[in-house]
Parts: sequence; structure tokens; C-alpha cells
Amino acid sequence: MAALSPAPAPAPVPVAVVAFAQSDHRRATPGTSEAELLLPVLRDVLDQAGLAPGEADFTCSGSSDYLAGRPFSFTLTLDAVGAWPPVAESHVEMDGAWALYEAWVKLLTGEADTALVYAHGTSSAGSLRDVLSRQLDPYYAAPLWPDSVALAALQAQALIDAGDTDEDDLARIAARNRTVARANPHAQLRAAGPHGDYVVRPLRTADCPPVSDGAAAVVLAAGDTARRMHERPAWIRGIDHRVEPHALGVRDLTDSPSTRRAAERAGAYDAPLDLAELHAPFTSQEVVLRKALRLADDVRVNPSGGALAANPVMATGLIRLGEAAARIHRGEARRALAHATSGPCLQHNLVAVLEGDSA
Amino acid sequence: MPDHLTAPLVVEFPFTRSLGPVQSAFLTGLRERTVLGVRTHDGRVLVPPVEYDPDTADELRGLVEVGTTGTVTTWAWNPAPRRGQPLGTPFAWVLVRLDGADTALLHALDAPGPEAVHTGLRVRVRWAERRTGAITDIACFEPHDSTTRTQTRPHDGAFVDPVTGITTPARLDYTYTPGRAQTRHLHALARRRTVGERCPACHKVCVPPRGACPTCGVATTDRVEVGPRGTVTTFCVVNIKARGLPIDVPYVYAHIALDGADLALHGRIAGIPCNEVRMGLRVEPVWTDDGPYPDHYRPTGEPDAPYDTYKGML
Repeated sequence: MAALSPAPAPAPVPVAVVAFAQSDHRRATPGTSEAELLLPVLRDVLDQAGLAPGEADFTCSGSSDYLAGRPFSFTLTLDAVGAWPPVAESHVEMDGAWALYEAWVKLLTGEADTALVYAHGTSSAGSLRDVLSRQLDPYYAAPLWPDSVALAALQAQALIDAGDTDEDDLARIAARNRTVARANPHAQLRAAGPHGDYVVRPLRTADCPPVSDGAAAVVLAAGDTARRMHERPAWIRGIDHRVEPHALGVRDLTDSPSTRRAAERAGAYDAPLDLAELHAPFTSQEVVLRKALRLADDVRVNPSGGALAANPVMATGLIRLGEAAARIHRGEARRALAHATSGPCLQHNLVAVLEGDSA
Repeated sequence: MPDHLTAPLVVEFPFTRSLGPVQSAFLTGLRERTVLGVRTHDGRVLVPPVEYDPDTADELRGLVEVGTTGTVTTWAWNPAPRRGQPLGTPFAWVLVRLDGADTALLHALDAPGPEAVHTGLRVRVRWAERRTGAITDIACFEPHDSTTRTQTRPHDGAFVDPVTGITTPARLDYTYTPGRAQTRHLHALARRRTVGERCPACHKVCVPPRGACPTCGVATTDRVEVGPRGTVTTFCVVNIKARGLPIDVPYVYAHIALDGADLALHGRIAGIPCNEVRMGLRVEPVWTDDGPYPDHYRPTGEPDAPYDTYKGML
């Protein structure tokens, strides 16, 4: 008997970023709770989309309890959402970029037309370099307390050994990101400083991201709803994320096959890009990503200043998606790539391709 | 008083993990000064070993013994060691491919300075004097001139008294910040007054306030003093003594709606037998000399509040 072939799936409704807001990212926000940090950002993004609190069909957030040492801290952020009557809500213990991914899937199912996605990070509450060591394999790595700068430095040295970069090149990357951040009022570091002393050699102060507190939010909408909410929606043409093994010693730290695979599946190589917002907390990681993504020389990279200008951990990746979308909203780009990362040395990578409607 | 409060917050946890057959053999091997890897189906030797091939997800069980000498594949000089790291003096983080292995192990290298370290450097394991079956049984690596030895020996992974679990103590130090609204609330509490904040949309008074109305998702505005008296909305009888809590069981823990508040807060009820506590009981706070909040609540002797007055707060 012939196998029944499934009915052809209906073409999914296109999904777009229609609004983006972020806080001013600062070294510390000692006076604010999670809800107080998020409230103005959520109000801003909902106002842009014309939504009232609690009105989005789906809400998804990204954050990590480890940053501030508060169990279930994401539940406190719901105070700022307007969660009653009960809203359809989810949370990922990851960067908000992955919350956006979940919301995108939700909209594709047709069960929601609009989604609020938000993320916050209060990295200042703890010692971020040590906190991030707790995400490592608990058997072989975490007992050694290798901090986030140390692991990035191992990657940077591997790149230098491979001839992919050198310290002067890294200094230029640091300076360029902080210099362009002058035009970004939300950024924390908005001028190029000295390269600085070694933090963990070969990485110097300027090669490392600032420690930042901050929050960000986007609204996603599907099809005609998106067109109603924004005259130039930033359509998500493709989005995918891929992860590599957790053991550093089995990876080629000079390459990012997970970024490349995600970019292929997101359609990043199908047509030229205007700009790329890369989530590269360390200068050396921008080298890896540019290589993996084979970015053409005329692609504007991180016009926001990127993670080197502001790094509210757990929101930094979502901000890359928001910044890329905002350029499309403003008509400054037509086809943009946004990238988010998670884990040590670019272990887990998400790539999205955003497009405006053709003129 | 400061316009925002902060307090130190220390989070400690003994991260306790059981070990599968491969990790157990590897960590027990370290205790016995033996380094084991695992061979993949395509012949590569992974050190440290894992139970499943990171490329194919094949289950891996074929253990081999590799060398205790190896080659640095990348390094990073750490001028300022941090708490918990393998060495207290400046050292190099290294990935080391042990002789016979195809992958690299993360650890520390004891070297006099960065000029003494380079990729390709030959090193050997320095064993810890006291070994328990943990990655820290390798105290660190040290530079060591030797030629590469690529032979591996099959190993059955069997040891007397194998290690079956690890406990990794972790400590993280934080600064806790309650935020603006809770700071205002705590400052008022210091004067033995309970102050909530009103939602401009639904007009309910949140106690304690956290800056946003949890129902409406908007910032709370007007400050409103509530209580001191209130009504028990619901309660439970606690029969299990909490470690470190100097309160005899049984005792009653209740939700208490302070007069003027639209959210109930938590408090202990005393001054009345447990079996006489009831919904609607009217209570008032009892402060101790230096307590930052009421020690407990006791009956006021007023008639019970009618159910309709608090049913919206259950």
C-alpha cells in the first residue's frame, strides 16, 4: 500500500520585529529591582507597538538567576508585565535572543499574533567572571573556577597562534566598537580608551566587555498585524541556533561551525547583507564570527558598538536582534544579520536574518 | 538613611553529582595517578573522556590509559588568580593534549612567567599530594622536556573503591538590592510603620510594594500607610521545625491582610492556641526590641471580620 503523503503545510505567516526598546546600560543600578529596571523598557516597547500591558498574545523572557543570586527572579519581572488575567507566558534561562526564538515559533504555530519578548541582566550584583564559571561542566571544568576572561583568552591566543589576529588588530576592534557607540545613547562605553593592561593575557582591558546592568524588549507580530503596527516591519526571514560540545578541548576555538550552520539555515548566505549585529563580548570573538560568517567588507558590523559597548548579560543577544531590526525600521538597512551567543568561547550561537519590505 | 538599601548576599551550594562509568573511571584514575581517555568508534582518544561521542552521540566505553606528559595547544597568562583557581600565584591557563590523546584538557600550568610559556610547550602532570578522585587531583601542569609518546594502553577502568560521585562546593558573593519601592517600605518598617503603594490603574494597595502593580503591569505611585491591624485571610499549622529557627512547633503561619492593603502578607500568629486560629481573625503586630519587622501577630480581641471583607485577597 502506498504511503499517504502528508497534506502540504500551509505557508507560514511571516513574523516581524515591530518594536524594540532598551534601557540605558550602566555599570550598576543599585537602586532598582528587576521590575523597576524593566518597567520603563516594557512601557516603551508596548507604546511603540500600540499594545497595553498584558495585551500581547504571548510573553517570553530570558534571564539568569545566577547573575544576581536570586532564585526564580524571572517571576519577579512578571510584576512589570501585567500578568493578570493570566497571560500565556514562558521563560528561558538564557539570553533573551532565545526567548525571541521561542516566541517566533509560537507565532508560526498560529496560536499567537503578537508576542512580547524581554530580557534583563543585573551583572553588577555579583562577580560576573566567577558567576559565569558556574555554567561549565561540573566534573572537569567548574572545580577549577576558570573565569570568563580566562576562557576567552585561551581562544584569543589560539587565534593569534593561527595567524587570524594579533594584539594590534584586537585593539582596533575595541576602539572601533567604542567609537561608533558614541552615536548610541544607551551604550555604557562610548569612547575608545587605551588598550589597557592584560586582564588575562593576551586579552587587555579594552578587549573585554564592560560589566553592565540593563534590559531590553521587542514586540513580534505576524503578517497583517505586523504591517498595522509598523510601516516598515523587520521581517524574520530566517532564524536558527546551533550548539557545540561543552568541552573546550574538543573544539577548534578559532572557528565557529555552529554560527556557520545557523547562518546557513537562516539564509544569511543567500543574498548580500547591509549590516550585522554580532554578539561578540570579546574583541577576539568578533574575529571568529567575521570569519565564520564570511562577512563582506562592505557590511557594517555593530554600528551600535556591540557587546563591547554595553553587555547586560542575558539581554546582550536580544539587543543585537533589536538593534538590527531598528535599523530596518528606520530605513537605514534592508537586509541585516543579527547574532547572539551563549556559553564559553562562542559555544552556542543564534543567527537571524531580518529584512525590510522591498522599496 | 541611604535612598536605596543594599546588603551582602552569599550563596553557597555543594554541587553534588553522581558519576557514570566513564567519569567514575577517569576521576578514580586521577586518584591513582593514572589518566584515562575514551576511544571513539573512529579511533580518536578523548581526554578528558565523555560517555557519548560529541560528534555522533555513540555510547563510548572503551577506556585507554594515556600519558601524563603532553603538549600545550593554547594558553593564557593569568596575572591575578581568583578564588578557587588551581594556583594562588600567577599561572597560565592551558589546554593540554596529553600524549596519546586527540583532544585537550583544561588546567593550570605553573610557570615562572608568560615568557616561559608558548603553544607547543611540553608539560607534565603535577599530582596533588592529597587526591580524592577529582579534577583537582591534578594540582597543575609543569614544564617538562620530553619527547611525544603516542602509545596508549587499553584499560578496564576497574579500581578498588571507585569514586561514584563528586561534591563541588561553590560560593558566590552578591550585593542584594531590593530596589526603590522596597527600600521605601523597609525605611518605613524601621519606624514600625507599614507603607504600601497604590496602583494608579486598579487603585489597589500593594504591600509590600515592589514598584509595579503585579496585576496591571504599571508603576505604583501613591504611598499609603496600612495597618497596623489586619485580618487573617488563610493560614496553616507548621509541624516541622526549620533548622536554625528558634520557634517551637506547632505554630501558625498566616496570610494577613493589613487594614487598607489589597495584598496579604505573611506572618506568624501567636498568643492564641493553634486550633483557635481561623479565617477572619483580627490581629495586630507584636514588635521585639530590635526586630526589623513584626516578630509575630496576635489577636486584637475584636469580632472576626466578615468573609466578604477579605474574600478578594484569598
